[in-house]
Amino acid sequence: MAHILEVAGITKDFPGVRALDGVTFDVVPGEIHALVGENGAGKSTLMKILSGIYPFGTYGGQVLVEGKEVRFPGIKESERAGIAIIHQEFALVKQMSVAENILLGNEVASGGVIDRPASLAAAESALKLVGLNISPEAVTGRLGVGQQQLVEIAKALRKNVRVLILDEPTAALSEEETRNLLSILKGLSAKGVSCIYISHRLGEVMELADRITVLRDGKTVCTERKSAMTEALMITKMVGRELTSVFPEAAHKTGELFFEVSDWTAEDPASGMRVEDINLTLRHGEVLGIAGLVGSGRTELVMSLFGAWGGRQKGSMKLDGAELSIKTPQEAIAAGLGLVSEDRKRYGLVLPGDIKTNVTLASLEKISSSGVLDKNSEIREGEKYIRDLRIKTPSVEQRVVNLSGGNQQKVVLGKWMMTAPKVLILDEPTRGIDVGAKFEIYTLIDRLARAGMGIIVISSELPEVLGLSDRIMVMREGRVSGELDRQSATQEKIMTLAASLG
Amino acid sequence: MEELAQIFKKNIRQYIMLIALAGIWLVFAVSCGPVFVSPGNLSNLFLQTVTVAIVACGMTLVIVTGNIDLSVGSVAGFAGAVAAVLQVRHGWNTPGAVLAALAAGLAVGAWHGFWIAYRKVPAFIVTLASMLAFRGLILGVTGGSTVAPLRGAFKAIGQQYLPDFLAAPHSFNTSALLIALAAIAIFILTETRKRSGRLRHGFLVTSPGLYVLRLTLISAAIAGFFGVLAFNQGVPYSLLLLMAIALLLNFTAENTVFGRRLYAIGGNPDAARLSGINISSNIMGLFVIYGGIVAAAGLVLTSRLNAATTSAGVNMELDAIAACVIGGTSLMGGEGTIIGSIIGALIMSSLDNGMSLLNMDITYQYVIKGLILLSAVWLDISNRNK
Repeated sequence: MAHILEVAGITKDFPGVRALDGVTFDVVPGEIHALVGENGAGKSTLMKILSGIYPFGTYGGQVLVEGKEVRFPGIKESERAGIAIIHQEFALVKQMSVAENILLGNEVASGGVIDRPASLAAAESALKLVGLNISPEAVTGRLGVGQQQLVEIAKALRKNVRVLILDEPTAALSEEETRNLLSILKGLSAKGVSCIYISHRLGEVMELADRITVLRDGKTVCTERKSAMTEALMITKMVGRELTSVFPEAAHKTGELFFEVSDWTAEDPASGMRVEDINLTLRHGEVLGIAGLVGSGRTELVMSLFGAWGGRQKGSMKLDGAELSIKTPQEAIAAGLGLVSEDRKRYGLVLPGDIKTNVTLASLEKISSSGVLDKNSEIREGEKYIRDLRIKTPSVEQRVVNLSGGNQQKVVLGKWMMTAPKVLILDEPTRGIDVGAKFEIYTLIDRLARAGMGIIVISSELPEVLGLSDRIMVMREGRVSGELDRQSATQEKIMTLAASLG
Repeated sequence: MEELAQIFKKNIRQYIMLIALAGIWLVFAVSCGPVFVSPGNLSNLFLQTVTVAIVACGMTLVIVTGNIDLSVGSVAGFAGAVAAVLQVRHGWNTPGAVLAALAAGLAVGAWHGFWIAYRKVPAFIVTLASMLAFRGLILGVTGGSTVAPLRGAFKAIGQQYLPDFLAAPHSFNTSALLIALAAIAIFILTETRKRSGRLRHGFLVTSPGLYVLRLTLISAAIAGFFGVLAFNQGVPYSLLLLMAIALLLNFTAENTVFGRRLYAIGGNPDAARLSGINISSNIMGLFVIYGGIVAAAGLVLTSRLNAATTSAGVNMELDAIAACVIGGTSLMGGEGTIIGSIIGALIMSSLDNGMSLLNMDITYQYVIKGLILLSAVWLDISNRNK
């Protein structure tokens, strides 16, 4: 059968990282083609190229639609060629009606004046295609997530889409909504609409897909018909690589159990997201890894422990035998917790500030007396961490915005080391930084643990979790799905606990 | 030379501002003739700047935290009206009236802080509401009519000069001269201490030549500034008030934990919160202090006019915000200096002063001020994107 879409030898580089390395992939009409791989394998990057978000010229290789090479300068052109992407977070204007959203950018109008009756009729027929029985005049923001997603699909179909890309479409859906979505996708495929389906839920993939492609480290591992695949095989192919030897060798000598979280439940009323019934322990000198897929609640768990997430909390937290009641990050820091949060630019750094102001930000009382800063001791502290962490910078007064990712992350680490925490939590500490800086951060984590600090590391990179941790806790859908010790943990075991099988 | 070029490049924002001010003065000195640079006119120019400059000092910190205040004109007018009504209609003495006005300012600041910090209503809206409400309350307390004349001691705040400490007549004011000498001495002393502290710890410092050049230039500027005042009538009390507020806020911004937290909150509120900074209480504290500063500006304004009028302070918020922005304060938050905003205020009032001397049509005066503001911000943004 002729390919409707084909990519050949696609390569995409980000500063310091090759995200895609000669990926080859194709889609035939009416096919549901699943794309699976670990976090960071390159799935989303590939989809951004197909949908024109990364325009032609920013990547190497070819994209062909119906056998002809296409060079999308933007999203509009890729939509015109019949490719539409449904994002994890919907691109809908919540305040607008369903009909207005479906027709956004494609308004039914004459001379710039919108034809309301015709608009409603057009929206209604698009809604019928996705089996959604709601009024086109309903306000989009009031619909449930499942319905909003169908509205998004209806919007894409309205544009005569021939290839629909869905990126983790069921992450936020209930069981019933998931069933509904899968049957609608099957119906669309019967009508000749192809679908690229990205999911961590391997059970769904096995149920839905005609063919399955596995990506790993930016390369295509294999493309197989479903009949030639099993869930276990998929997992092996997703993780199948050797552990590199950049990690500190021996396990740590762990001491007393000193940090204990029991029956911890937190919920964010705004998003409805929750983490439930978490039990966690930490010894002096121990590194506890938390693994899990994106959206499994790892970040939310540590943020809630730190008093920075969730409206309601239940459960108890004990440090050195004393019960903690933490409602704000101030209280967490005072109690001896430190949190190197993910996304350093958003949560970690004051970008207009220089190195010394960032390093001292969480410990201002240490460099001041009666509220007046000691500028000399501020510089001294800044320079101490520049030396200690080998931050590459011309001066302590360099603005952090001008530093590389690895050096920025070291500034954030310095800030938390300066608070001298008993428990240091690191959330994706090596994301987006180069290999050299990664290694230095691994060494630092090892050094801090050997000095007796308790450390919790969240990472989506399995080799990293395995290489750093003495013990690994795996989370899935807001709960702990299992715990593994250093000796028995393997990437396969972690993935099995992290992905919902069946 | 290379070091000089580097320093210039690093602080290009501040130098452009100073060059702009010098350029504006040069243009007016040429087009208005020597009257523009006469001690009498310059002294008057400084007095015209004082009210807006006081407000701009406080506004800088408000904008640094990512907030804004549109109500300064109304609130300053209100504080002045309170002081005027208390002394004229209720017979209060000057200290009582001044304290009551300051208390009113602090209370208004607390009101704004409550809504902005604890109820999360955007500052733009909270202060827009106050801009309307306090314009109304001015009418309420004054009964809709001008309240005048004010007590002598009260008038002194905005109109009197520090007396010459030598009674005999001179061609210049000796108190101004003494203050100038003291200011230069204090400046050189603090700079030297800062430098020797850094040297002792082995931190990077500028080369001795440049250091002396910097001390000389700034000392000359201080001497020139007070020289102008000395050859006129001396140092006005209101200018002393401005200097005190500016020094205090500058110290707060650069040398205190509170100030550092304000900059962090404006630079990245998420990072500040996760670093254990209580955003609400810091914003609340800032607005209370700022309310007191606005009231002080209102007192100077009312005293200068020798009356509380219903339209006192109209458009003051715009002048103050413009002064901050021209002075390099980023409306995105996290960046801005007190001294920059004062120079910004001086640029704005120099334009006012010079264009009035030229008898320029008021139409063009507004248009030119608007265009200057626009180009200042554009320059800033295009510089940032480089």
